Amino acid sequence: MNDMTKIEKVAAMQDIKITASGVQVHYGDNHAIKDVSVNIQDKTVTAFIGPSGCGKSTFLRCLNRMNDTIDICRVSGEILLDGEDIYDKRVDPVQLRAKVGMVFQKPNPFPKSIYDNIAYGPRIHGLSRNKAELDDIVEKSLRRGAIWDEVKDRLHAPGTGLSGGQQQRLCIARAIATEPEVLLMDEPCSALDPIATAQVEELIDELRQSYCVVIVTHSMQQAARVSQKTAFFHLGNLVEYGDTDKIFTNPEDKRTESYITGRIG
Amino acid sequence: MSDANFPVGARAQSSLLALDARTKKRNAAEARFRAYGIGAIAIGLLFLMVLITSIFAKGMGAFQQTFITLNVELSEAKIDKSGTRDLEAIKKITTFGYNPLIDAALAQALTDAAIDNPFSKGKDLRKMLSSSAAADVRDFVIANPDRIGDTVEFHLLASSRVDGYLKGRVSRESLTRDKNLTPAHLDLVDAFYGAGVVSKGFNLPFITGADASESRPEQAGIGVSMLGSLYMMLVVLACALPVGVAASIYLEEFAPQNWFTDLIEVNIANLAAVPSIVFGILGLSVFIQFAHLPQSAPLVGGLVLTLMTLPTIIISTRASLKSVPPSIREAALGVGASKMQTVFHHVLPLAMPGILTGTIIGLAQALGETAPLLLIGMVGYVASNYPSGLVDGFMSPNSAMPAQIYEWAKRADPAYYERAWGGIIILLLFLMCMNIIAIILRRRFERRW
Amino acid sequence: MSALWLLIIILALAATGFILGRGRAVASVGGDRRKLHSLPNYYGFNVAMLALVPALLVLAVWVVIQPIMINANVSGHIPDALYSDAGQLNLIMSDVNRVADGLGDALRQGVITAEGIHTLDPETSDLRALLGSVGVAIGSDISADILTAARLLRDQSTTGQRAMTFVVLVVASLGFLAAMRMTSGTFRARNTVEYGVKLLLIGAASLAILTTVGIVLSLIFNTISFFGMFPAADFLFGTTWSPEGRGGSEHLGILPLLWGTLYISFVALLVAVPIGLFAAIYLSEYASRTTRAFAKPLLEVLAGIPTIVYGLFALTVVGPLLVNVFGADGLGWMQGARSVMTAGLVMGIMLIPFVSSLSDDIINAVPQAMRDGSYGLGATQSETVRQVVLPAALPGIAGAVLLAASRAIGETMIVVMGAGAAARLDLNPFEAMTTVTAKIVSQLTGDSDFASPEALVAFALGMTLFVLTLGLNILALYIVRKYREQYE
Repeated sequence: MNDMTKIEKVAAMQDIKITASGVQVHYGDNHAIKDVSVNIQDKTVTAFIGPSGCGKSTFLRCLNRMNDTIDICRVSGEILLDGEDIYDKRVDPVQLRAKVGMVFQKPNPFPKSIYDNIAYGPRIHGLSRNKAELDDIVEKSLRRGAIWDEVKDRLHAPGTGLSGGQQQRLCIARAIATEPEVLLMDEPCSALDPIATAQVEELIDELRQSYCVVIVTHSMQQAARVSQKTAFFHLGNLVEYGDTDKIFTNPEDKRTESYITGRIG
Repeated sequence: MSDANFPVGARAQSSLLALDARTKKRNAAEARFRAYGIGAIAIGLLFLMVLITSIFAKGMGAFQQTFITLNVELSEAKIDKSGTRDLEAIKKITTFGYNPLIDAALAQALTDAAIDNPFSKGKDLRKMLSSSAAADVRDFVIANPDRIGDTVEFHLLASSRVDGYLKGRVSRESLTRDKNLTPAHLDLVDAFYGAGVVSKGFNLPFITGADASESRPEQAGIGVSMLGSLYMMLVVLACALPVGVAASIYLEEFAPQNWFTDLIEVNIANLAAVPSIVFGILGLSVFIQFAHLPQSAPLVGGLVLTLMTLPTIIISTRASLKSVPPSIREAALGVGASKMQTVFHHVLPLAMPGILTGTIIGLAQALGETAPLLLIGMVGYVASNYPSGLVDGFMSPNSAMPAQIYEWAKRADPAYYERAWGGIIILLLFLMCMNIIAIILRRRFERRW
Repeated sequence: MSALWLLIIILALAATGFILGRGRAVASVGGDRRKLHSLPNYYGFNVAMLALVPALLVLAVWVVIQPIMINANVSGHIPDALYSDAGQLNLIMSDVNRVADGLGDALRQGVITAEGIHTLDPETSDLRALLGSVGVAIGSDISADILTAARLLRDQSTTGQRAMTFVVLVVASLGFLAAMRMTSGTFRARNTVEYGVKLLLIGAASLAILTTVGIVLSLIFNTISFFGMFPAADFLFGTTWSPEGRGGSEHLGILPLLWGTLYISFVALLVAVPIGLFAAIYLSEYASRTTRAFAKPLLEVLAGIPTIVYGLFALTVVGPLLVNVFGADGLGWMQGARSVMTAGLVMGIMLIPFVSSLSDDIINAVPQAMRDGSYGLGATQSETVRQVVLPAALPGIAGAVLLAASRAIGETMIVVMGAGAAARLDLNPFEAMTTVTAKIVSQLTGDSDFASPEALVAFALGMTLFVLTLGLNILALYIVRKYREQYE
C-alpha cells in the first residue's frame, strides 16, 4: 500500500486505539479478508464502506472476536487493542467483548423488559453493587442512548414493543451500559426509516466524544455525515483509508473513485 | 444531555491478557454448564447402551436350545401291533404309547455312555426331555410309517430346566423347590453333555415355530406371530398408504382456506398425539362390538394400526409434497395440464421417495405397537397354528410379534422371559431394517432444489 | 349373496363399463380421437366411476345400518319381564346375537336344516350342545324367548341381505346406464372424473374427522351406559378401586388410578425433562457438527424402540435392580419389583429423546441475532443460554413438556408391566400403584362380560384419558404455534 507512510504519519498525531496488521480471514475455502492493516483512532468515528460482500462486516466482527462463534471461520494476523493482541491465547473473548461492544444491523432487543435489556450487561459483568447503582447505570445508559425520555415511564414494558428506531437506540444504550471503550456498529441504520436514522446518526456523533466508534455502512452519505475517518473495502482488500473528507472529495485509488461515483457497488 | 460525567471506561485500565477474578468465576460456571450438557447426553447414551446390552445379554440365549440326541427304536410291537402299516391304526396310538420307546432309548443312551441310572422309574428319567418329545416321535412315525421297526436318530428338545441349567439360568440350589427336576438329573445332564448326547444347537424352531402351552417354554416359537404381524402390516400398507396420500394431496394441493380444512388439520394434529390405547378402545367398540369383525384377527389389528399410523403418514407426505417447488407445478399448468394432471403426473412422482420414507417409518411404528392389540384380543390367544391361506391369514385369530412378546412376559417363567427378549431381538432387527431402508431411500433420492 | 360377492360383481361391472365407455366415446367421433373433448380413458373412467361409487356407498351404509335397525327391532320384541335395565337388555341381546350366529354356522355346516331351525324347541333339544358342536359357546341355557328373538333376527337379516343385493345392483346398473348415455364426443369427461377424484380426496382427508368422531362416540355411548349402572359421582370422586368379578362392584373410584397415573408421569418427567433439556441445549448450542451428527440420531434410537421393550426392561432389569437397592435387603422401602419408581424411571428414559428433539427444534428457532446481541455484550455462552435463549424459548419448551406429559399419561405397556396392579393412594414412590391405562387393559382383557359395569368402566376411564390428553395436546400445540409465530 503506497499511502502507508501517510497513514502512519496521521495516526501518530492522534491516540491510536486499535492496530490491525496483516489480518487474513477464511470462511472455509473462501478467503474473505486479504491482508488488511489499519490503525483506528480513539474518540473518532471510523466508517467502513464498500460494496456488499467486500468483507467490511467480517473485518468489523474480527475486532471483538465475534467470528469465534462461527465454526468454519479462521482469523490470522495481528489485532492490537491498546497494544495487546486480542487473539492472544490468554485473552478471554468474553472480557474482550466487554471492552469492545457491538451493535447489530437489525435491532435485537432481548425478549425482556427495557430495564432488563439494559441491566443485562452490567449484571453479567458485575458492574453494580446494589439495586440503586444498577438503576443508576440503566438511567445513564438510556440517557446516553437518547431514549430515556421516551421510555422512562415504561421501563418494565418489553423491549420488543418499541418501534424499530427506538429498539436500535435501546440496543446502543444496552451496549453502552457495559462501559465499553470501543463501540462497533454493523450497519446500525439499515433497518430503520429516515427519521430514526437521523436520530441514531445524531447519537453516534455524540458518542464520539467518549468512545472509539467503528461503523460499517452501506450508505456513502451516512459515512460522510457521521465519520471522520473512512476505510474503503473491495473484494476483501482494504483499498484506501484516510480522512473522510479526502476519501470523498479526492480519492487516490481508481476503485474508490468508481465506487464513490457509483460505477461499482 | 446532562451526562458528561458518565464514567466511561471506569474499568478500562485492566489488561486483556490477565483474567480478572470475575471472569474466572464466570468461566468456571461456563465449564460447569457445559459439563451438565455433556452429562445429560452421556446419561442418555448410557441408558441406550444398558438397554441394548440387556436386550442382547438376556435375549441371545433364546437362539440356542438344548437338544438330546437319542436313537429311538420304533418298535413294531409297540406302535403297529397289526404290522399292516395302516395309518389309521397307527394314529390311534396316542403320545402315551410312545413314552416307553423314549424311555428305552434314554436307558440305552445311559448304557452306551456307561452312566449309572439313578432313577427307578422311566417317568423320572423322561423329565429331562420336553413333554413334546413323544409327540415329535409320533409325528415322525405318522409321516414315515415305513420306518417302523428301524432305529432312528432323533434330536429331541430337552426340558426347559435342563436348557436353563446349561445356560446358567437354573442351578442345583434353585431346584430344591422345583418338583419338575432334581439335582440328580443335573448330574446326568453333565455326564450326557460330556458324552455328546446332550448338546446345544441353533434354535431355528424359535424363529419359525408356533407358540406353545405355558408348561413348554422350550417349544415356543415366534414364527406364527411373525406371520400375524406380516398380515397386519399388509393391511396397514394397503389402507394407510392410499388414504394417507389422498388426504395429503387434498390438504396440500386442493384444500381451500376454510373452517372445514382447519377442522381436518386440527384433527390430524390431535390424532397424532392421542394415546395408542384409545385407538384400541376404538377398534374394540367399532370393529368388534359394532361391525362384528372376528376378534384377534390381523385384519382388525391392521385396521386399528392404520388409523393410528395415518397421521404420521399424512404429516410426512405433506412435508414431501411441500418440498416440491412451485415452479414444477407452474410449468405443468403452463402447458395446459389440469390441476389434477399436474399433481398426479408431476408433483406426486417427485414426492414419492419422501412419501415412501414416511410410510416405512409409520409402518415401523405400527409394527412395534402393543397396547391397542391387547384390547382387540391379540394377547391371550395362543398362536399355535399357521394360517392355512391368505383369507385365513387375515381373518382367523392370530397373535403379533409384540403381543406374543407380552404374552410370554406375562407367563412369568424365566424360560419365557428369555423367549420374550429373544423375540425383542427379532422385532428390533425388523425395525432396524425398515429404518435403514428409509434412510437409504432418503439419501438416495434426496433432491436439493 | 354375501357382501363380498356383491362387491366383486359391481367391480366387474365397473371394469366392463370402462371398456364400453371408452369404446363408445371413440366410436361417437368415428375413431378420430382428436375430436374428443377429453382423452378416451377419461370416458371409460367416468362410466366405471358412476357404476362403482354410488353402489359402493349404498353397500357400505347398508352394511352398517342394517344390524343396528334389526337389533333395535328385535330387542323391542323381547318381553319386558326379562330385564329391568339397559345393561341386562344388552346382555340378552348379545346372547340372542350369538345364538343367531350359531344357528347360521350350524346351518352352513349341515348340522341342522333350515326347517330344523324353525321347529327347534328349547324344551326338548339341547341347544347349548348343538351350538357348542359348531364352536359357539353359550354361557347359560337358552330360553324360548331368546330362541324366538334369534329366529326373528335371522329372518330379518336374510330379508335385509336380499334387499341389499337388489338395491345395490340396481344402483350400480343405473349409474352404469346413465354414464353410458352421457358419453359422446362433446361430453367433458375429464372434468367429471377429476371432480369425482377430488371428492375421493376430500373423503380420505375427512377420515381424520371420522376417526375422532368414532373415538368420541364409542367412548361416550359406553360411558353413558356405564353411568346408567354406576353412579357418576362415585366414579369421579371415589377413593377406592376394587372391582368384583361380575357385576355388583361397589368401589370403582377413579382417584387412586389418576393419582398413580400422575405420580408415575411426574417421576418420568423428573427424569426426562432435565436430561432432555440439557441434551438439547448441548446439541444445539455447543456440540460440533460431528458430535451432533453422531449423538442426536443415537439418542433418537431411544424413541424408536417399541414400548413393549421398555416394559420388559422395567419388569426384568430396572425393577430387580431397584429392589436390590431399596428392597428388603437394602433400605427396606420397596416390596416388589413393580413400583411407581420402576415405571417412572423407564418411562423417563423413553421420553428423553422426545423432550430433547422438541426442545432442540424450539431452541434452534430462537433467532441467531438474539445470541449475537448477548455475545456482543460480552456474555459467556452459558449466560447467553440461561438468560437470553431459554427465556425466549420458554413458551415453546413448556409446550414440549406438556406434550411429553400427555405421552406419559397415555403410555400403557410400561405401566402394565412395571407399575403393578394394586390401586393405591400413597406417597411412597417405591410402592406399586396402577394407572388409568393399565386398568383399561385389565378391565377389557379380563373375562368379565362386555355389558357389565366392570368392563364398561374401562370406557369411562378411556374417556377420562382422552379428555386429559386432548386438553394437554391442544394447550401444548396452541402454545407452540404461538411461539413459532413470534419468530416467523
